[in-house]
Amino acid sequence: MTSQASDVTEAPEGAEPATRHTAEPEAARGPRRRPWKVVVPLLVLAVLAYLPYVPAELPGLLPGRVNGPGSMQLLATCLVIAGIALSYDVLFGRTGLLSFGHALFVASGSYLLTISLSTWALPLPVAIALALLASTVLSLVVGAVALRVGGIAFAMVTLAFAQAASIIVMRNPGGVTGGEEGKVLDRDAVPALLVGVANAPYRYWLALGFVVLAWVVVTLLIGSRAGRAMAAVRENESRAAVLGLGTYRVKLLAIVVASVLGALGGIVHALVLGGSNPHLTTSEFTLSLLVMVVLGGAGSRWGALLGGFLYAYADARLVEVSGAAWLEPLPEVVRQVLSQPLFILGVLFIVVVYFAPSGLTGLGGRLIRKAGSS
Amino acid sequence: MSDLLLLLVTGLGLGALYFLAASGLSLIYGLMGVLNFAHGVFMTAGAYAGWLTMGDLPQSLPVGARLAVGVVVAIAVGAVIGLVVEVVLIRPLYRHHIQQVLVTVGLSLAGVAAAQGIWGADPRPVETPTWMSGTTVVLGARLPNDRFVYIAVALLLLAGLLALLRYTRLGLVIRAGVENRTMVEALGIDVQRTFTIVFAIGGAAAGLAGVLYSQYAGAVSPGQGGSLLIYAFIVVVIGGMGSLTGTAVAAVVVGLVQQLANYYAASGVGDLSVVLLLALVLLLRPSSLKGATA
Repeated sequence: MTSQASDVTEAPEGAEPATRHTAEPEAARGPRRRPWKVVVPLLVLAVLAYLPYVPAELPGLLPGRVNGPGSMQLLATCLVIAGIALSYDVLFGRTGLLSFGHALFVASGSYLLTISLSTWALPLPVAIALALLASTVLSLVVGAVALRVGGIAFAMVTLAFAQAASIIVMRNPGGVTGGEEGKVLDRDAVPALLVGVANAPYRYWLALGFVVLAWVVVTLLIGSRAGRAMAAVRENESRAAVLGLGTYRVKLLAIVVASVLGALGGIVHALVLGGSNPHLTTSEFTLSLLVMVVLGGAGSRWGALLGGFLYAYADARLVEVSGAAWLEPLPEVVRQVLSQPLFILGVLFIVVVYFAPSGLTGLGGRLIRKAGSS
Repeated sequence: MSDLLLLLVTGLGLGALYFLAASGLSLIYGLMGVLNFAHGVFMTAGAYAGWLTMGDLPQSLPVGARLAVGVVVAIAVGAVIGLVVEVVLIRPLYRHHIQQVLVTVGLSLAGVAAAQGIWGADPRPVETPTWMSGTTVVLGARLPNDRFVYIAVALLLLAGLLALLRYTRLGLVIRAGVENRTMVEALGIDVQRTFTIVFAIGGAAAGLAGVLYSQYAGAVSPGQGGSLLIYAFIVVVIGGMGSLTGTAVAAVVVGLVQQLANYYAASGVGDLSVVLLLALVLLLRPSSLKGATA
């Protein structure tokens, strides 16, 4: 890997070269010298938490009022996806592991929750604990096997495992997973606050809570010894191994942490959307996580969150572009192609890989610094 | 007995399709280290090219003749797409493997979405020659004819690629490039051009695989290439990442295992046992996957 190649995996938080991350832990230089590193997230959190009290309308951006059920549901979905993207970034951006199987763990969280609620009639806390525990074990097993190979082969092996899970879910063994229809959440087993159209703000806060939790876990992780070991593995695995780091264990830890966060995301996803969707199991979902993280900026918490949020938002809202008036003069074929959100996102993704390897946040940071220096 | 024979032939036919899909992938990976996620889009493009050609040709022609023209067009389309993708998207990211993978991922998303936008998400039925949808009775087993076609085409492709690798100057450069690319460059050979040719060959093989897979499935759909691609990946990994004969053996094993397990266990077990096979290979022989000779 040349220096340009590691641009994508480099952490764009602050302007430091990534190698100094290993020498100087982020936690040690963070809060004291840079109070805005704490203030800005808290400010963003306060604004987001207050949104359900905002009755304003943002025509074109959100369906109806900001605190209306439609907008709340959309924003909640975007937040959950953002949190899941953050969990994927632990693998890709922090440890440099190109996994194509992260969907497996998100889906296992989601499906184990809905199945244990409706099929096994377990109470909600037990169901959540079971889903998390089982996903942890699953991530240990899959990670242990897949880490026997590195690089591109690792990507393929994780893809194969996720594909196996997808096949199982689609085949609908014993009518348990609901096949292509998905599995509906048992509404009676969930607190009344989380059910129904009128309670959309509570689901929104639940999603926000998940994002905050994921943020805190990832922040603690990257400040810890293990987090620095992950950065070392990402930058140069052989060097990390020569320095005596157990790279296998470090990578396995990254997989387990990311998977548990992902499974939690799957659980919240099921609660917010009222069921498990087989789309969560597909390799396209993992690919979209990869796209989100790279779009936003790999190895950066803001990047992953922003990428996930924008991707989910664009996926839901870009469909309206096809009906836009300015597209009328274009030929039919072009309009048909542009009506596909994934086409626009895919092309945008390629453009970002070429021209903004550190993602949208990296690009933003670069522009800000440029403006500041001139 | 006749059951077993039927399963063996259908399994071999499936393996042949896997080999068609995996050969280009394996060749590209072996030489360039590029995991081509857009290979599924290449296959889908081939399938749609074949389907459109068959629809555009005068309907008075027999289906078989139209299919033959469709196959030729699909191969050409696949080769051109492979060529363009290599020159425009892959070449500027030379030696940046992760970015190359990312670009092909973006391409696969955009390509499937474009096909979906133009032709719709629903599968479109494909005409099949009457002979290929019929059966031949061998030793009491009614064997579907199309499998013989797949097996024959796969054998031809394998023989052709092996001959190319072994007896031509291009093959020599490819084999040397797989072994030690830096050394080949140091000797003053234009590896860049070889990359482009290999990508075009891989694209052509993908186009062929796509059009034959649409015959196998009886329809074309945007997601078709992607679903075949997953098995192609598994075949490439089991076959040793970049070895052509290894890929062929792995394709046959995967096809047979899938078919036999689907019949003797339950439907769907075959697909799972393929993944299990992959896990076993990884656990028992992880060293065999670190790369190979072409």
